[in-house]
Amino acid sequence: MTRWIDIAALDDIPPRGARTVKTAQGCVAVFRTFDDRVFALDDRCPHKGGPLSEGIVHGHAVTCPLHAWVFSLETGRALGEDDGSVATYPARVEQGRVLIDATRLQTWRVA
Amino acid sequence: MKKRLVIVGAGMASGRLIEHLLDAAPDRWDVTLFNAEPRGNYNRLMLSPVLSGEKAYEDIITHDDAFYADRGITCRFGEPVVRIDRAAKVVVTAQGDTPYDRLVIGTGSAPFIIPVAGKALPGVVTYRDLEDTNAMIAASRPGAKAVVIGGGLLGLEAAAGMAARGADVTVIHLMSHLMERQLDPAAGYLLQKDLERRGIRVHCKGATKAILGEDKVEAVLLEDGTVYGADLVCMAVGIRPETRLATDAHLEVNRGVVVDPQMRTADPDVFALGECVEFDGQLFGLVAPLYDQAKVLASVLNGGDAAFRPVQTATKLKVTGVDLFSAGDFADKPGREEIVFRDPGRGIYKRLVLEGDRLIGAVMYGDTADGNWFFQKIKDGADISGERETLIFGPAFAGGVAADPLAAVAALPPEAEICGCNGVCKGQIAAAIDGGATTLQLVRARTKASASCGTCTGLVEQVLALSLGEAFQMPTAQPMCACTDLTHEDVRRLIKAQELKSMPAVLQELGWRTSCGCPSCRPALNFYLLADWPLDYRDDAQSRFVNERLHANIQKDGTFSVVPRMWGGVTNARELRAIADAADKYNVPMVKVTGGQRIDLLGVRKDDLPAMWADLNAAGLVSGHAYSKGLRTVKTCVGTEFCRFGTQDSTGLGVRLEQRLWGSWTPHKVKLAVSGCPRNCAEATCKDVGIVCVESGYQVGVGGAAGMDLQETQRLVAVETEAEAMDVTVAFVQLYREHARYLDRPYKWIRKVGLDWIRSQVLDAEIRAALIARFDLSQSIYQKDPWAEHARPDAARRFRPLADLSLEAAE
Repeated sequence: MTRWIDIAALDDIPPRGARTVKTAQGCVAVFRTFDDRVFALDDRCPHKGGPLSEGIVHGHAVTCPLHAWVFSLETGRALGEDDGSVATYPARVEQGRVLIDATRLQTWRVA
Repeated sequence: MKKRLVIVGAGMASGRLIEHLLDAAPDRWDVTLFNAEPRGNYNRLMLSPVLSGEKAYEDIITHDDAFYADRGITCRFGEPVVRIDRAAKVVVTAQGDTPYDRLVIGTGSAPFIIPVAGKALPGVVTYRDLEDTNAMIAASRPGAKAVVIGGGLLGLEAAAGMAARGADVTVIHLMSHLMERQLDPAAGYLLQKDLERRGIRVHCKGATKAILGEDKVEAVLLEDGTVYGADLVCMAVGIRPETRLATDAHLEVNRGVVVDPQMRTADPDVFALGECVEFDGQLFGLVAPLYDQAKVLASVLNGGDAAFRPVQTATKLKVTGVDLFSAGDFADKPGREEIVFRDPGRGIYKRLVLEGDRLIGAVMYGDTADGNWFFQKIKDGADISGERETLIFGPAFAGGVAADPLAAVAALPPEAEICGCNGVCKGQIAAAIDGGATTLQLVRARTKASASCGTCTGLVEQVLALSLGEAFQMPTAQPMCACTDLTHEDVRRLIKAQELKSMPAVLQELGWRTSCGCPSCRPALNFYLLADWPLDYRDDAQSRFVNERLHANIQKDGTFSVVPRMWGGVTNARELRAIADAADKYNVPMVKVTGGQRIDLLGVRKDDLPAMWADLNAAGLVSGHAYSKGLRTVKTCVGTEFCRFGTQDSTGLGVRLEQRLWGSWTPHKVKLAVSGCPRNCAEATCKDVGIVCVESGYQVGVGGAAGMDLQETQRLVAVETEAEAMDVTVAFVQLYREHARYLDRPYKWIRKVGLDWIRSQVLDAEIRAALIARFDLSQSIYQKDPWAEHARPDAARRFRPLADLSLEAAE
C-alpha cells in the first residue's frame, strides 16, 4: 500500500539537482533530473556517508561529492567498479507537485 | 617503287600515324598530306593555354616545316579535298586530282552548331582550331562580355581562357551540372564553385533559345527568359565526326566513318582514323585512343596485323588551378558500390565506383594526384578486394591492412595544405618545426595550423612526428570524458570557433553521447563557457562541484568549512571579533589558521551557512573562495611598511592584486604571493604568480606550485612599477583563463604552450591591453560576493530541507 504525500513544488528542486527531506530515519534526497523526473533515495552514500544530495546529477545518476561513487537514481545501486546500494522510495510528479510515498518514511507512533 | 599514300587531314592522329609509319619504313611511302587549315600539325589540346595566354601558338606546333621536309612529305596545306574518286583512286582538290595507292581519311570532327536563330551572326564562334582561338583572344579584351554555350570539357576551357584574359564570362549549360559526362553531381558542384570563385558565371539547366543581334551578336536569350549580353558567343556543345567526304564516296558511315579493327573502311585501300571514325559503335574524342589508332594503322599499312582495341580513357580539365580527374564508368547502377571521401574545408572530393572486386570508375576533384594510379587499376581490371579499406587513400596507403597514416603524410608534397581554415601547408609547418616549434601548441601558436576548427590536429601531429622522429611523443588523444571523443583542447577551440554559448549548444553541436554530460565534463564545460562568453553564458550551479555550488568546502562528515577573505593576509580586531562571534554562535568545533594567511571555521552545518555568512557580511567580510577553481589567496609579507629589509610595499601590492582578481573563475585554483625582498618570506617562488620585490622594481614569476608537484616559478618579466606588475599579472591570469584546459594548474599549462609564447602575448602592449580588457569585462559579471547572494532569504531557503517528515511523524 502506498501513501503519496505532497512535499514540494517541482520548481523547488533545481533541474539536475536535489533537495532533502528530513525523516525520523535520516535524510532522504529528492532528485530532479534533466527530463523533470524525480527520484527519492537515502541521502547517505554507503561508502563513507557522503550526502548524495550534494552530488552532480547526470542523466539518471548521481555522483557522490566525497569520493565520486556513482549511483543509479532508478535502482539505488552503485554503478561502475563500486559495489553498494542505497534505499530508494517511490516518487513522482503530478501537476507540478512532487509526491513521495511516505509508507516507509514516516514512523507512526500510537499516541 | 614507293607506294603513294594520301592523307586527308593534318591533325594529331594523322601526325602520329606519319611518325610511326616512316620510323618503321622510311623508304616505303610517298606521302602527300592535305589539310584544309593552312598549317601543319599542332597540339590542339594545348589551344586552351594559348587562349588563356599561358602559351603561344609557336609553343604548341608538333610538326614544323623541317619535319615534313626531312621525310619528303608533300604538304598541301590550305587546300581542302573536295571529293574522293574511289574508282579512279584519286582525291580531288581545286588544283586537280592526286592519285593514291592507299588513302587515309583523317578529317576529324566539326563543332556542333545548335540550330537557333542568330547562329550565323558575326561574333558567334566555335572552339576547334587556331582561327577560333584567335577570334576568342581578339574578343576577350578586359570587360568584354562572352557567353559560352556548353559546360563540357571544351566549353569550360574556353570560358576559363577568356576569363583569364579579363572577359566577363557566362557559361550556359543544358544539364543540371557541369561536365555531366565526366563528373558526378558532387564533383560538378565543386567545379562550379571553383569557376564562380574565378568570376565565371554558371547557368545550369539553361537552354539557348536564340542568339540576338542586328549585324553582330549582342545577347543570348534562354528558354527561361534570361538574357545575357554578349560581345562574343562560343558554341561548345559538342562535336560530330566530319564524314562528308566519306559519305560522298559511298563508304559506310553511321555517326562516323565505320572501320574494322585494322582501321579499314568498306574499301580495302581506304582507311580512316581519328575523331571521324566509328568503331564498334563508339566515337573517339580524346587523344589517347586516337594515338592507339595511329599505331595500329601504321602497323597495318606496313603489313603488320595489329588490331585496335578501345580502352578506358581518363579526363583531366586543362584549366589552371582546377584539379579534376575522371576515368571509367561512374554511373549509379544496381550492383555497384562506391567509396566516397570528402573534405569540405579543402574542397576535395573523391569517389570510386566498384563492381564486384574491381574498380570501374573514379572521379576526383581538388586532389587528383592519385588519378593515374586509380586509372591503371581500372584499365588492369585489378582485383582490389585486398586493399579495399584504404583504396581511396591512394598509393601512399596501398598495401591495405597495416596502413600507416604517417606514410600518407610523408608522401604529401610541401605545398600540400594541412590546415584548410588558415591555409597552412605542410612546408610551413615543417619550417616552423625546424625553427624550434617542437610541440603541437608551438606549431599552432606560430603557424595557426589547427588553431581554428582543429580537425587537422592529427595531421599536424603527424608532421611533427615525421620531422622530429622519436623526439616527438605522439600524444594519445585523450578524450575529455566518456561522453565524447573530443579532447579538452578540441572542445575549447570549438566553443570559440563555433560560438557555442550554452551547455545544450555544446552537447548538441559537438555530438555528446549523453543526455546532459557527466561529473567530469560538466564542470569543465561550465568553466569554458563562462570564461569565453561572460556576457552570454549563465553560470550553471548544477554543473559545479558541491564546494563551488555551496561556496563552502565540504568535509568528510558532510559539514562545511567557512573561510572569509583577508586581503593580502591583513586583518583587524573588528574582523577577528566577528569571526570569533560567529564561531561561538554556530558552535564551530575548530578554528584554524590556513596556509594562505587567513582563518578557517571548520565543521559548520549546511543549514547554518546562510546565517553565518550574513553575520560575517555585516562585519565587512566576504567569501574567501577557499573552495574554488579561482583566485584563492594573495600571501604577502609586510614589506616597506614595517620590515627593515623591505624594498617595496609588498603588502599593499598584495591587497591591490587580490582586490583586482578576486571572484574570477580559472581552470584550476590560483594562488599568488608578493614578497618584499629576495628573502622571500611570503614564499612567492612556489605560487602560480609570485612577485618578488627588489630595489629596482618587481620580478614577476609564474608557474610555481607546492601541491602534488613542487614547482619553482619561472621569471616571466621584471618591471619597474607596481602598475606594470599588476597589468602583467592580470593579463597572465586572463591568458590562462582563455587557453588552459580545466584542472591544469598554470605550471602544467605553461609546459604545454611554452613560456616564450606566454611572453609573446603578455608582453605585447596591444595584446596585454586586450587581455586586461577581457578580464575586466568578465569581472564586471563575476566579481561579486556569493555569500551575500546566498544569504538572501529566497536563496537561503535552498539550504534547508524541503520538508521535515520527522516532526510530522512524531505528532
